Amino acid sequence: MSEITAETAPDRPTDGHPDRPLPGGRTDTYRHPPLVRISHWLNVVAVVVLIMSGLNILAAHPQLYWGLRSTFDDPWVAFGTIPSWVMLPQGRNLAEARHWHFFFAWVFVVNGLIYLAYGFVTRRFGRRLWPTGADLKGFWPSVKEHARFHFPKDDEARTYNVIQKLTYVAMILIVLPMMLITGLSMSPGFNAIGGILLDLMGGRQSARTLHFISAALIVGFIVIHVGLVIWTGLYNNMRAMITGWFVIEPSPRKNEGDPS
Amino acid sequence: MNRRDWLSRALATAGVMTLAACERAGQAGQRLLVSAEDLTRRAQRLIIPRDALAPEYDISEISSDFRANGSIDPAASDYVALRDAGFADYRLEIGGLVERPLSLSLAELRARPSRTQITKHDCVEGWTSIGQWSGAKLGDLLDEAGLKPEAKYIVFYCFDALTQTETGPRYYESIDLIDAYHPQTILAYDMNGETLPVPHGAPLRLRVERQLGYKHAKYIRRIEAVESFDHIAGGQGGYWPDRGYEWYAGI
Repeated sequence: MSEITAETAPDRPTDGHPDRPLPGGRTDTYRHPPLVRISHWLNVVAVVVLIMSGLNILAAHPQLYWGLRSTFDDPWVAFGTIPSWVMLPQGRNLAEARHWHFFFAWVFVVNGLIYLAYGFVTRRFGRRLWPTGADLKGFWPSVKEHARFHFPKDDEARTYNVIQKLTYVAMILIVLPMMLITGLSMSPGFNAIGGILLDLMGGRQSARTLHFISAALIVGFIVIHVGLVIWTGLYNNMRAMITGWFVIEPSPRKNEGDPS
Repeated sequence: MNRRDWLSRALATAGVMTLAACERAGQAGQRLLVSAEDLTRRAQRLIIPRDALAPEYDISEISSDFRANGSIDPAASDYVALRDAGFADYRLEIGGLVERPLSLSLAELRARPSRTQITKHDCVEGWTSIGQWSGAKLGDLLDEAGLKPEAKYIVFYCFDALTQTETGPRYYESIDLIDAYHPQTILAYDMNGETLPVPHGAPLRLRVERQLGYKHAKYIRRIEAVESFDHIAGGQGGYWPDRGYEWYAGI
């Protein structure tokens, strides 16, 4: 993959914050504007509460089915006891869990809509997240690099790599909206106007199962995302999502002969 | 009072105050969480037209294993007596804020305007069953009784107590006039083409198709039009709403 230099880097989004050089060839670069940071952390709270209260709701009937209705003798999946520590509130309480779930569903939806509007209006989405043709061509090499736990450094770390882009786009435009669509499709009230959506889901029990599968994909994303945040530098990544500033390390090649 | 006494009293006072503060914070948090319920209800009322119909299904899609939940065989002696006589002596009372209170036998109810529909029953627990329901249209019955202008809610008093005891709290539910006059809101006396069986609420159950299962009161004894349900039982408008569940169960 050809190296991106300062000259060739496309429309580098500095958001009016120029780079700050640091000792040892490191560069402090501005990555996340305030709205992205705030919506990220609000989303963390909302998604964690939604997953934990969702597990409590699931515990009321821990079986999943496909289709219009439940086939009680023949579920697609039947879960055993769901451990108390993953549930909110702790211990089975359907009424309370529903209060948590719907309150934070509002937080999730309103926060998500603001984030999406911001991303599209400022064209940040197109600049930072939408993969380019060159990105897509570099997909397999990038996968091989990642499989060896080699992560981009230097100017390549300025922008998201193709795997990051595809993952974030899939989460933001497919999986997270799926949570809302499948959630609404389980509402008998909403079904009165969203009948087409309900048909598209394949019926209410399919909508419930898809709601669970989407949630499982989010849990999978969180595990990998947090794992990589830790692996690639917990302090630097956390600092970036709190203050907006991210330190880019020079690549080892350039470091050779460097006194520091 | 020596210093040690003073210290222990101060600590005890601080402890009590902290606990009280925690409790107040907990209550405020609880109120905040529950405040979303109002928002959710308003949003649904805003986007769902009042007469929008719940989806209806084909006869081939009826569940062969429609689950009976909650009470499935009420133990109250007044119910048992009626049931043992095949509900021949049953009369539905419609009263409260109405001009002409009604008392109708099942034969009289069957002579009233009716509707048959195949709908899904969505339990708050998460499962769905599909069944066919036939029953008297609630809106027409309320018109026959003549609602007074103050009437805002319709309350359904039931025979069953989940404790299965004579004195246990009997089930009840309530809906507003939008749902009461919805074309699919019926008092069902038939299920899947047969007389409504006891586990599903014989002789009469409510179908309010745009809400969750617990709103569909079974074993209806009496209907009352009221201005407010604050004075009834726990004041939240239903057996499960009194126990923390949403009064408006559209989601």
